[in-house]
Amino acid sequence: MATETTTIFSPELAARFDKLVTQYPVRRSALIPMLLYAQDEVGYLSPAVIAEVAVRVGIKESDVLSVLSYYSLLRTKPAGKFNVQVCTNICCMLRGGNELFEHCKKRLGVGNKGVTPDGVFSLEEVECIGACSWAPAVQINYDFHENLTPESMDSLLEDYRAKAGK
Amino acid sequence: MADVTFTVDGKKLTAPAGTLLIDACRAAGIEIPAFCYYPGLSLQAACRMCVVRVEKMPKLQTACTTAVTEGMVVSTETDETKQARKATIELLLGNHPLDCPVCDAGGECELQDMTFKYGAHESKYVETKQHREEQKWSPVVYFDRPRCILCYRCVRVCGEGMDVWALGVENRGVTSVIAPNEKDHLDCEECGMCIDICPVGALTSGTYRYKTRPWEMNHVGTVCTHCGDGCKTTLGVRPTDDGVEIIRGDNRDKSGINGDFLCIKGRYAFDFANHKDRLTKPLIRQADGKLAPVSWEQALDFAAKKLGEIRDSRGGNAIGVIGSNRTTNEETYLLQKFARTILRTNNVDHHRTADYAAFAAALKGHAGREASLRDFLSARAILLLGNDPTNQHPALAWQVRTNVRHNRARIYVANHAEVKLRRQAKAAVDLPADAYASFVEYLAGKDGGFEANDTSAAFRDAIRQEESLLVAFGSEFRGRDILVLVDFGLSLPNTKFACLGDYANSRGAADMGLLPDLLPGYVPVTAAAHFAEEYGSALPTQPGLDLVQMLDAAGRGDLSALYVVGSNPATRYGIDPSALKNTFLIVQDMFLTETAALADVVFPAANLYEKTGTVTNTYGDLQLVKKAADKSGVRTDFEIIVRLADKLGADPKQLVPFGKGVRADFGQTRGAQSGEADRHAVWLAANHLEPKLSPFDPFAILDEIQRLVPAYDVPRLNLLTGNDEHLKSELVQIDASADRRDLVLPSNDLLYTSGTLGRYSAKLTEVVESHTILMKPAEAAAD
Amino acid sequence: MAFLTTHPDVVPLISYRFGKGATSIDKYLELDGYKSVQKAIAMGPEAIITEMKASGLRGRGGAGFPTGLKWSFVPKQSAKPKYVLVNGDESEPATCKDRLIFEHDPHSVIEGTIIAGLAVGAKMGFIYLRGEYRYLLKIMEKAIDEAYAKGFLGKNIFGSGIDFEAISHTGAGAYEVGEESALMESLEGKRGIPRIRPPFPAVVGLYGGPTIINNAETLATVPHIFRIGGAEYAKLGTERNGGTRLFCLSGHIEKPGVYELPMGYNLKKMIYDVGGGIPGGKKLKAVVPGGSSTPVLLPEEIDIGMDFDQVGKAGSMLGSGGVVMLDETVCMVEFALRTMKFYQHESCGWCIPCREGTDWLKKSLTRLHAGGGVDKDIDNIKYLAENMLGRTFCPLGDAAAMPTIAFVQKFRKEFEDHLDGKGCPYHHSLEHEAVLA
Repeated sequence: MATETTTIFSPELAARFDKLVTQYPVRRSALIPMLLYAQDEVGYLSPAVIAEVAVRVGIKESDVLSVLSYYSLLRTKPAGKFNVQVCTNICCMLRGGNELFEHCKKRLGVGNKGVTPDGVFSLEEVECIGACSWAPAVQINYDFHENLTPESMDSLLEDYRAKAGK
Repeated sequence: MADVTFTVDGKKLTAPAGTLLIDACRAAGIEIPAFCYYPGLSLQAACRMCVVRVEKMPKLQTACTTAVTEGMVVSTETDETKQARKATIELLLGNHPLDCPVCDAGGECELQDMTFKYGAHESKYVETKQHREEQKWSPVVYFDRPRCILCYRCVRVCGEGMDVWALGVENRGVTSVIAPNEKDHLDCEECGMCIDICPVGALTSGTYRYKTRPWEMNHVGTVCTHCGDGCKTTLGVRPTDDGVEIIRGDNRDKSGINGDFLCIKGRYAFDFANHKDRLTKPLIRQADGKLAPVSWEQALDFAAKKLGEIRDSRGGNAIGVIGSNRTTNEETYLLQKFARTILRTNNVDHHRTADYAAFAAALKGHAGREASLRDFLSARAILLLGNDPTNQHPALAWQVRTNVRHNRARIYVANHAEVKLRRQAKAAVDLPADAYASFVEYLAGKDGGFEANDTSAAFRDAIRQEESLLVAFGSEFRGRDILVLVDFGLSLPNTKFACLGDYANSRGAADMGLLPDLLPGYVPVTAAAHFAEEYGSALPTQPGLDLVQMLDAAGRGDLSALYVVGSNPATRYGIDPSALKNTFLIVQDMFLTETAALADVVFPAANLYEKTGTVTNTYGDLQLVKKAADKSGVRTDFEIIVRLADKLGADPKQLVPFGKGVRADFGQTRGAQSGEADRHAVWLAANHLEPKLSPFDPFAILDEIQRLVPAYDVPRLNLLTGNDEHLKSELVQIDASADRRDLVLPSNDLLYTSGTLGRYSAKLTEVVESHTILMKPAEAAAD
Repeated sequence: MAFLTTHPDVVPLISYRFGKGATSIDKYLELDGYKSVQKAIAMGPEAIITEMKASGLRGRGGAGFPTGLKWSFVPKQSAKPKYVLVNGDESEPATCKDRLIFEHDPHSVIEGTIIAGLAVGAKMGFIYLRGEYRYLLKIMEKAIDEAYAKGFLGKNIFGSGIDFEAISHTGAGAYEVGEESALMESLEGKRGIPRIRPPFPAVVGLYGGPTIINNAETLATVPHIFRIGGAEYAKLGTERNGGTRLFCLSGHIEKPGVYELPMGYNLKKMIYDVGGGIPGGKKLKAVVPGGSSTPVLLPEEIDIGMDFDQVGKAGSMLGSGGVVMLDETVCMVEFALRTMKFYQHESCGWCIPCREGTDWLKKSLTRLHAGGGVDKDIDNIKYLAENMLGRTFCPLGDAAAMPTIAFVQKFRKEFEDHLDGKGCPYHHSLEHEAVLA
């Protein structure tokens, strides 16, 4: 599929997708990376994203939905600009992950999967993110932050809030 | 593959290597339980119910994915497997709503049966159950999520079986859910296969849900009244104030020619029988020009008197008879016999949807060349010319798809339309709508007529390399085109043919001589000696008027009477009502159709589900129709014809020679001996059964058919036990060279229409209204 | 950033280039990079597999299947293309080792992948990273680009006449995809539901072709085996447990981190010597030796060598190398609950025992921990777990059941202490219960 004028993605992403589907022995293999990259750009997997991705990989929208609903990183509702993902799995739990999550809830004023009214942050309790030896850890979007305390979490959130302002 | 020997529960068994253990066990009478395993569909190994102990394997093995091997030793029912199954059921029942008392599946639920068998009677689950509201996915499909055990049978039968792929799975883990393709509803072919295949009550039927308890029904296996495929259907019936009503159609016993399959019409479109407009009293047109109810005696007297007068004053040629595509062979046969021997006319015809006469002529003398519907399940190669089986012959489409899936059959499609079966095709050719005949000539090697290209050349080469081929052709082929096609087919090594016509007994109507020039078995009316001998009376020997000629004659005032049985020519042929104003019109039908509305006498008739007899599907498979339902006030077409003959002064025993054949009492299971016929008839009638050894015994006519129509002289026992018997279609007497008008008028019915009958099905109407995508604009089909 | 922690007993083999800037191909080459693959090209497929068998390397994903043997199952002739698949979907709680490899030495993964391809005649490799590891995907993509630029990937690699393509691929959040056949489904753009086996991936795998699928650490180890020789590598470990592996110490430990230690290294020594013991002078209560799915060990059970066989003998599993220390303040019911919450969240839902079992167990453990437990709950928890064990479609059900059975068996008293409305005897706020619910 050539880059269409009708794409809802940026020209760069559309071009990337054009290439992506040719890299695999079957087009459909591009589906999951494509959904994730589309989500990174659009913020979530809107009906328009699903429709275009379905066309790009050559499957039905219902099949796209079936696949995307399986993967926990993929969402069909918008998150905050910075999605704060706090790991509370065993290793983080042993080193204060739960307390960190509670702290974030209070600090951000939202519950699990909540989005702050200004849309800057969303909060999510997540399963193990592979930072077990540096627990407790959070991922903000794709960035890892490790060995956190409530205090260092606060300054981290401040840093991000400052970034959002820019 | 070579056979291997293995041991199951101490029994030595043998099966081909590679056979699935679950199948091998079931074949040997060792039942291994399973929810997700379903023969013919892909393997899942998801339910873990079929776990068995295989020696030398560390863990319990799923019998549905284990292939038998030489020397394998298996235990299927040990304490260990029983405990595993019990635990699986306990896990399933955890969040399962125990609403069995109101669940449609209660009493025929596989989960209930397994719970009972494995004794998971103690409820260990004390957590909160997740309730979800029931969802309506279509007029015929409802989904009750908490009842779903996620066996994925529905997903597979819809995708793999139907090639519709309308059901999928969404979410993950315990939130996994079966999801329809349009978020909250289905866009599909509404076949209902997902409902029948559901082992529990998660998918329920829009027609059946909350109507009854399964054990309150009787179950009658009969043949669907709709298209020409002749699917076996099991009707669930129960008594009502005015008869016996049908509340469910399914095919769970898979006993029929259609195996697993039923389409929307077979499964749901029986509801016309209970339509509020159903006629239950005879009607006679009064002096004021209006039809008014009268007694059966009055109506029969009146009709017979008028018919007799016209016959005696103007001769039989002044009378026309139009028969039905949906009455039984016996009724159809009886109607032509009545017309020819009592009304003394050859003006006999029906709405023809395929040129069976030309087909019969082309196959004359070639034994075993007609394909049964069963053959499509195993043929190595199939050539499909014209027609759209998915819409017009859904069971054929099912057989073809299944064959491709299981046996990698090669399908060749040549069509002017984008028919769905092209998806299964190895090769396909686009034809102009008028190029079928020239294409066949092209296949046969005559270049020039057809505009060939690389695709068609490759297609032709592939076809001609096949060592055996089934050729199914639609009503695009008629007359000499059929002859050319059959000749081409016969030039290949092993070819069989199927002529696709539209309704449940369209084939029977032609076979049974509802034609002006042909007697039953395609015997020309000019060569009727043995018929005259059997009938004991002279027959008219000049070909009569065909249907169009009859209507023309009526318009000219040359047809004084017209007797229409189960047909609606007024709509089908667009008759101007005034054309029949000088014709005495008798109509017998279920409804006051456009034709019946013009009649002088209307007899309320029973439908195919309310009578016994046989029908022949378009492939020449003969099947038994069993009486399932009943409606007080109506009579079978058979009975009406006999009574009319009686009123006309004919000897009923001459018309229906009951007791004459040696086979007449086959099928009779109890009661009457010789001389007790009348008493027995009373008992049978009281039990909603057809009388035997009486003038109303359809088997007496079947006897006569078998005496006179060699193709129908098939073994009776198999037929009577509900199995299909393939006709010997080579045994016809038609003159292949005779040039005939084919008069074929395809009905253009699609999945959700069924002529006039379909219009009286509330469920079909609801589905048509709910669909916007799959429906193509269809003419208001009539018949 | 994640760092490798050092200790005198550490054997820097896999971690040989860690912290040395080897993400750059020039640095990698400087540190003996891409020599092994050239050696392998010269050796040919059969000798490669012989060398792998001699190394005693066993799969680092958790099951510990001998890698050379796995490779030898791939048929020589195949109508369909063969593939090499790198399982970098590291998701087992307590495991954070592959991350370090991708971060510090991405070329070793590429080199190992090529060698695997050479061994079986595959022409294409896929490096599957879990979706959360986006920064590693970028590192990996850059490394692949560099390898292509040098002619180490693509047509005629190293002038050998052999072609080999490699691409990196991202998942999108699913533990189950770490199961090898589920990973193939995912890479084919489908839901991560495992496949029925047999056929095994070595015969019918990705896109229906014969496929080698190995854990990232396993494949990253391969170039080092060819660097030092299979026999030498084997000697580093114990019998039938060749070489070294990355152990991830986490939980209540003074010096958490990832340490490369010889196979068979004593667990007690690992905790008290390498890891510096339990912080705050607290007592050790339990050790989860190989990731969250492995049965918990009591302090009296930890004087064992950390290899597949010895840990197995002790009633647990070496697993993925994630060693979690629990001190005396840990509520074992809460720990069991958090473990089960994970498996409930990650169950793919395909088969009944896992889908329903994990959910039921999570609900029961939640209620029990919050003080709503009744007597029969404890036996029922054990009953459910025992009836999941060995009955599920894939090992995830076992992964959920095994630790649960061990928790109940070894800490039954703690479960009982939660009964009769008493709730958790440890110091946890009720607010916290809501989080867990």
